[in-house]
Amino acid sequence: MKGGGDILLAIFAQFAVLSLLAFGGANAVVPEIHRQAVEAHRWLTDADFAALYAISQAAPGPNLMIASLVGWKAAGLAGGLVATVAICAPSCLLTFWAAKAWDRYRETPWGRALAEGLAPVTVGLVAATAWLLLRAADVNVRLGAVTAIAAAVAGFTRLNPLWTLGVAAGLGFFGLV
Amino acid sequence: MEPGFPPAPAAAPSTGELFIAFLAVGMSGFGGVLPFARRALVERQGWLSEAGFTETLALCQSLPGPNIVNLAVVVGARFAGARGALACVSGLVVAPVALVLLLATLWSRFGADVHVGAAIRGLGAAAAGLVAATSLRMAGPALRKAPLSAGPLMAAAFVGVGLLRLPLPWVLLVLAPVGVLIARRRGP
Repeated sequence: MKGGGDILLAIFAQFAVLSLLAFGGANAVVPEIHRQAVEAHRWLTDADFAALYAISQAAPGPNLMIASLVGWKAAGLAGGLVATVAICAPSCLLTFWAAKAWDRYRETPWGRALAEGLAPVTVGLVAATAWLLLRAADVNVRLGAVTAIAAAVAGFTRLNPLWTLGVAAGLGFFGLV
Repeated sequence: MEPGFPPAPAAAPSTGELFIAFLAVGMSGFGGVLPFARRALVERQGWLSEAGFTETLALCQSLPGPNIVNLAVVVGARFAGARGALACVSGLVVAPVALVLLLATLWSRFGADVHVGAAIRGLGAAAAGLVAATSLRMAGPALRKAPLSAGPLMAAAFVGVGLLRLPLPWVLLVLAPVGVLIARRRGP
């Protein structure tokens, strides 16, 4: 049986900190999740990480399930639940508090500067997430083409991404990529 | 009264109604729940006005955490305090997390199958492309807002975290104050 208190504590500590750093959503902290879970703790391999990220994208809902899945891989169901609570709770508490101060917050020049100043940093972090996933996923030219076409479809059309993901999974299943 | 909410909501929803509404939102969106949240909260329930949704979202975007989760906190807290916030967030998260853990369990059982493994690899390649498109789409508005400073800040975050694999807290500790000070000097 995987698990035990130590690993659950480690999972909680990792994702609780990342919760407060996730400006722009969970995609901004995916590189850090990867760095800690794959490189530092060795809870899972690079290929596992890529597969779990793909699974997290294939399900509906908010963009935080990669945390649940990494926790699950590290310590089973308990790990998945602990990671889910940890990635949600700190940022939710902060939002709960900030919503009460909403007026003051919104009107101050510093409030605006905070939102605008962090935006470019978030873009760079999401690009880093894309880079990390590209390196893990595109192991041959045909998979590279799938990535390029998926990016183009998402960039230039309003097609529901589920279609893109479904077609790509189908191509893989039938041995075409 | 916080601005942005309709002055007199038809009837304050109960925690049960909040839970059910966000349960539906959580199960409806793939790779982006916000359009579904807007439809549910503004058009179907009338809990927020159109402007109220946009303002609330702006607040949520400037705080850490997924926007939609923060939105659930704000809406829940507005109508039913801490219990309402808890009802909205758990409604939003519970079904997708259960589903994704089920998918992962199936993957751990059948992932060794050649076809399933290949399907997951195809899925992973497409997911990488979707994230790349997201980052490119986010880059446009940020570059228009601050043509000189946004590019270097994006590049620094990308190189520091993506290429050099530096710990995120250190990168943010350096880049966040720089970005905020530049935005503050520029003014509104």
